[in-house]
Amino acid sequence: MSSIEVLEDRCVGCELCIKACLYDAIEMVDGIAVIKDNCTLCGACVEPCKFDAIILRKDAAAERPSTEGYRGVWIVAEQRDGEMHGVSYELLGKGRELADTLGTTLSAVLMGSNVGDLGNDLVAHGADTVYVVDNPALEHYLDEPYSNVVASLIDEHKPEIVLTGGTSVGRSLIPRVAIKVRSGLTADCTGLAIGDDGLLMQTRPAFGGNIMATIVCPNHRPQMATVRHKVMTALDPDPARKGEIVKADAPVGLLESRTEFVEFVKDLTQTVNIAEADVIVSGGRGLGAPENFNLVEDLAQVLGGAVGASRAAVDAGWIPYSHQVGQTGKTVQPKLYVACGISGAVQHLAGMQSSKCIVAVNKDPDAPIFKTATFGIVGDVFEVLPALKKRLEKELG
Amino acid sequence: MKIVVLIKQVPDTTDVRIDPETNTLVREGVPSIVNPFDMYAIEEGLRIRESAGEGTVTIMSMGPPQVETALREAIALGADDAVLLSDRAFAGSDTWSTSYTLAAGIRKLGVPDVILCGKQAIDGDTAQVGPGVATFLDVPQVTYVKKLEVENGTARAERMLEDGHDVLSVPLPAVFTVVKEINEPRLPSLKGKMKAKKAEITVWGEDDLEVDSAELGLDGSPTRVIKVFAPEPRASGTVFEGEVDETVDALAKELVPLLRSEA
Repeated sequence: MSSIEVLEDRCVGCELCIKACLYDAIEMVDGIAVIKDNCTLCGACVEPCKFDAIILRKDAAAERPSTEGYRGVWIVAEQRDGEMHGVSYELLGKGRELADTLGTTLSAVLMGSNVGDLGNDLVAHGADTVYVVDNPALEHYLDEPYSNVVASLIDEHKPEIVLTGGTSVGRSLIPRVAIKVRSGLTADCTGLAIGDDGLLMQTRPAFGGNIMATIVCPNHRPQMATVRHKVMTALDPDPARKGEIVKADAPVGLLESRTEFVEFVKDLTQTVNIAEADVIVSGGRGLGAPENFNLVEDLAQVLGGAVGASRAAVDAGWIPYSHQVGQTGKTVQPKLYVACGISGAVQHLAGMQSSKCIVAVNKDPDAPIFKTATFGIVGDVFEVLPALKKRLEKELG
Repeated sequence: MKIVVLIKQVPDTTDVRIDPETNTLVREGVPSIVNPFDMYAIEEGLRIRESAGEGTVTIMSMGPPQVETALREAIALGADDAVLLSDRAFAGSDTWSTSYTLAAGIRKLGVPDVILCGKQAIDGDTAQVGPGVATFLDVPQVTYVKKLEVENGTARAERMLEDGHDVLSVPLPAVFTVVKEINEPRLPSLKGKMKAKKAEITVWGEDDLEVDSAELGLDGSPTRVIKVFAPEPRASGTVFEGEVDETVDALAKELVPLLRSEA
């Protein structure tokens, strides 16, 4: 069993470790740090200790690596009804960079029914090899057959890295695979790089984006991550790129599903999908009434963007939950986020503070949203939004 | 109808941040709360029991002893009983080992008809433990559930996607991870609070579960956190005040070049 220990002769009682602890699990007793029962062995206190007084000991048996023979970078492509999800191209862009750094190949896994043609598309976007599993049983995304297929391909081909989109489908699929192949999975990464030791350095926001963490998977393979949509850059497709399309057969047993697909129902309140949008215009309590969301929708339309909302607006019943941005809603990272009549509670910031450019319109000059905003207008949303819409309409045509 | 709801006690993340100047943690008291998404899972469990007219809702969590307060909170809302998986050997678990340990706890209880949890916890935001538990128990799962109807050993669930939802039919037992839209959680009753105060919380450690100790805690966890740091601070912004025409003009001058370059 692993353990953590404070070397009492080294500890000077500086309390740096207390500041580093995410769980309030260290206290000072007679000038010496004492680790309490609620310690999670996360190790966040080890590096900050300037006196090397904290030792995190791992069970020797657990250190035994099982990484031999794993080579190559994989991405799991996501498609629905023959249409590729944009995150697949972003994964290929990042995957290409990682594969080139490691001096290895980039492969894609493509699953579905009658999706063969999409393989060339993945090659054009950077894949050297595409494993295509084309079967009527895979027509709709279902957790069991999809995860069985990916796990069996991993067992057979032993890739060292597997990347999947941080979408609803990707984040349902790949945790099942990680359990089956007994390896580590890091969720919703916003940064991926190869470290000096050849390990995949997986960086992601935690605690609602207040903290960034870098995570590795040292002794298990493949190193698996889901990757946040809209963060990585896709390569320009090159139809002349050459790659190999490998048709992979899945044993029938792997394709069985206890879950049955009934239907997909499109959300008609979203003309532009929040997760896909480069621009999001969001409305909050300051709009005062549901009909005033028209102002937000009008501006979003001019910008070709999606409509978002704060929790207050959703809880008031002004707009459906699928539009909610924030801690209990969606996390978004568009290029432009316009917050209208949103005060900027930390729970809202948690869902949008990584946006590239943030614009705030609020009548209260002390609203916290202005501290996070790139640009702000102190003013009445009922006057500012129509004027801004008119002006941008003129400028952008 | 047997229902198990998996919950997590989390620091109220809004109070946890890193001071970008000193790169140390600013933590003002950090109150612990029941993960907000798990509150919807608890509520859904209670509703399923109520509409079935019979059954039990058992709350389960893994964590240090103080998680008992979170379990009592769930009992105050109407849950029948609670189990805490707590042992030093569980410390340092990533989502793999957490799923493994929770699945072992559920097996000891006897696999129920319905297992519920929130879509993700607000501290780690991984959304991996629900599917992980389902995989270890070899039962189906539905993630991001916004509507759930349970009848005659089958569930009809709506899985929220980015641009709509899937309707799925699932045989029980199954794991469901829920989003906020699924219901409106009730408040604890006075009677519930009294019951919670007196309730016996079952605590199970490594020796109580059928587990391989090499798969537990930090030892069993494939991933390691190697660095924790502050996100890059946002450059301080420009705020325009004054007449509407002037402020809109000033903002448009900033935005138009940006929008053109992105287009």
